[in-house]
Amino acid sequence: MDFNFTEEQTMLRDMLSRYLADTYTFDARQKVVHGGKGWNPAVWQAFAEELGVLGAPFAEAHGGLGGGAIENMVVMEEMGRAIVLEPYLSTVVIGGGALKHVGGAIADAVIPGIIAGTTRIAFAAYEPQGRFYLNDLTTTLKGGLLNGQKAVVEGAAHATHLLVTARTGGAQRDAGGVALLLIPADAKGITRRDYLTVHGTSASEVYFENVAVGAEHVLREEALPLIEAVVDEATAAVCAEACGVLKVLHATTLDYAKQRKQFGKAIGDFQVIQHRLVDMFMEVEQAVSMTMMATLKVDTAERSAAVSMAKAKVGKAAKFVGQNAVQVHGGIGITQELAVGHYFKRATLIENLFGSVDFHLSRYEGIALAA
Amino acid sequence: MDLNFSAEDNAFRDEVRAFIRDHYPAYLNEKIHEGEEMAKEDFLAWHKVLHQKGWIVPAWPTEYGGTGWTATQRYIWSEETAAADTVRLMPFGLSMVGPVIYTFGTPEQKAKFLPRILSGEDWWCQGYSEPGAGSDLASLRTRAERFTGDDGKEYYRVNGQKTWTTMAQHADWGFFLVRTDTTAKIQEGISFLLIDMKTPGITVRPIITLGGEHEVNEVWLEDVIVPVENRVFHENKGWTCAKFLLAHERTGIAGVAASKRNVERIKDVARKTEDGGEALMANPFFKRKVAELEVDLAALEYTELRTLAGESSGKGPGPESSLLKIKGTEIQQRLTELALEAAGTYGAPYFRSMGEGDNSFAVGPDSARRTAPVYFNMRKTSIYGGSNEIQRNIIAKMVLGL
Repeated sequence: MDFNFTEEQTMLRDMLSRYLADTYTFDARQKVVHGGKGWNPAVWQAFAEELGVLGAPFAEAHGGLGGGAIENMVVMEEMGRAIVLEPYLSTVVIGGGALKHVGGAIADAVIPGIIAGTTRIAFAAYEPQGRFYLNDLTTTLKGGLLNGQKAVVEGAAHATHLLVTARTGGAQRDAGGVALLLIPADAKGITRRDYLTVHGTSASEVYFENVAVGAEHVLREEALPLIEAVVDEATAAVCAEACGVLKVLHATTLDYAKQRKQFGKAIGDFQVIQHRLVDMFMEVEQAVSMTMMATLKVDTAERSAAVSMAKAKVGKAAKFVGQNAVQVHGGIGITQELAVGHYFKRATLIENLFGSVDFHLSRYEGIALAA
Repeated sequence: MDLNFSAEDNAFRDEVRAFIRDHYPAYLNEKIHEGEEMAKEDFLAWHKVLHQKGWIVPAWPTEYGGTGWTATQRYIWSEETAAADTVRLMPFGLSMVGPVIYTFGTPEQKAKFLPRILSGEDWWCQGYSEPGAGSDLASLRTRAERFTGDDGKEYYRVNGQKTWTTMAQHADWGFFLVRTDTTAKIQEGISFLLIDMKTPGITVRPIITLGGEHEVNEVWLEDVIVPVENRVFHENKGWTCAKFLLAHERTGIAGVAASKRNVERIKDVARKTEDGGEALMANPFFKRKVAELEVDLAALEYTELRTLAGESSGKGPGPESSLLKIKGTEIQQRLTELALEAAGTYGAPYFRSMGEGDNSFAVGPDSARRTAPVYFNMRKTSIYGGSNEIQRNIIAKMVLGL
């Protein structure tokens, strides 16, 4: 039993943390948000070239730092602390994660580009009718042609590749007959409608019309187990991001409660506020514990149950901590002026990302509580 | 005790329903639905229809324009307007400063201001909160110094800053709490002033909230000259008006009828939203949350009805109205949580232009549009009008005697 980070992991965290504190200030971030592109390419290049952080979970043979799920957790928590917009999750955790599972020539070909910052991947999996179900697919791959629509694909507008799930056989919600594809984002027959998300990233509705897909683009034919594994890893990573977001929300609120005076004293002197801050603190600590637990089990047979437990707990924590951070701040908490509101927005979106609290509780019940 | 409506009540309901059907400007709802900016005329369109009919202030005493409806009729009115999803009337004149003026104002003030509130000619805003005076409203520092003008008349010179001033960008008049005595105990040096928003020295600056809305403002007052005749009630006794107004504001704040409408809307959305091959409404967890909301909403509704019955028997809104404010806003907030949850993946898109051109177009189902901004926006309800923590303090002190 060991919850300590290695020296390398600590260095990775400190380096990224320092870089973000120095350059990824709230004002700098808001400038990017108002620019309307959803990301800053210069930051991405710095991640690749100055920090080497895009190689964190990849093998040294590919030019990476030789890490894995724990390195992703370290990086994602820092991303959360600075509410970073750039697509580490979709490119490194999801795209890179799928390639690591598949291995072989395609991994050798694509991963070095991810590490260099030149290859960016968007995850086109969820569909308008499919809610949080990865198997609920109407996008089809038949006779080498891809047709269908994907919903709210984050980062598609600035991706070089799309990681696409498509049905090659079976009925709409069958587990079998689901393929995972990696196709160029500018392939003929792909159109998009781009928009900003509430968080400030870009996302798109992506439409496929007779997009030619060769065998070299198919990462796996029967891919649902792989897709679920990748999304579980991504969910654990998002839990880590949430931990960063929630720690900042709690720290900012604690600080505010000490500074803000009403009725002749700091509002933090009132017991009702003290207890609220204590409840928030307990939620944050449990979210951190569950995130570590899930991250450490992500390569074991308990993966799905552990990840769903963690996401259910983190989703509840995100709601509680976010809402109370705003409540303790009062009106200033729901303005665009202070960072706290923007952390609250991110916490809120994380609640439903890769499945709501109900979705993950149900999934956990299905795995662990079969009658 | 009787929960049934009389034949007269049912006839009244038919009359109200027909009136709304025939006269409500329905284009307003399309505008709101499309997320379009509402202009001042839009906010006033329904107001003017009701003013013409004589139904703009049902709760006011008849001598000032009230309808003389019974509590039951007023309840029917709120139910029917909510069922028809009519736009909210701006409360600042109708249910805030209006009652203060007819209760505490001089005959001249009543004659000057009340008709223009009814007609919608004057748009009012509320100058209460300050950057340093939120929950602790009585600590407000905006200063009003009295002086005799060159014309021999009495004036106040007002300096200070107000914040969270809703819709001040449209306002013709504002009602302000100002400090007229800095030596007295803090509640005893406050006066209630009516200020023409076109007076030199007033600056209104927008505050943009998380959903991108411009609802609230900072209002700066720099050497603003206000005639003493624009003070309501005695000098240094404005806190009495302030407390009266806040208790009045709280009773309307429960929002039962609107929440009922929103429960129906969420059920409708959940019936049409797919969830793993079934309707989301068939998901036992989602359904349970809707059921809990309906139970809590019924509890709020019957508590409000009991309070209203108490009021019409002459008790007036008391500290019990804090219960309605707390429970009402909690329900309003839970409804927005549930709407966002129902939206699923499609809760994430942001449809409002951020000043860099308009990128609003339809993505995902209509019902999901703006669920996140509305959720963010509704966090204000447990903060404004006296935060829910302050409301609990009021109940603890005034009701429970703690």
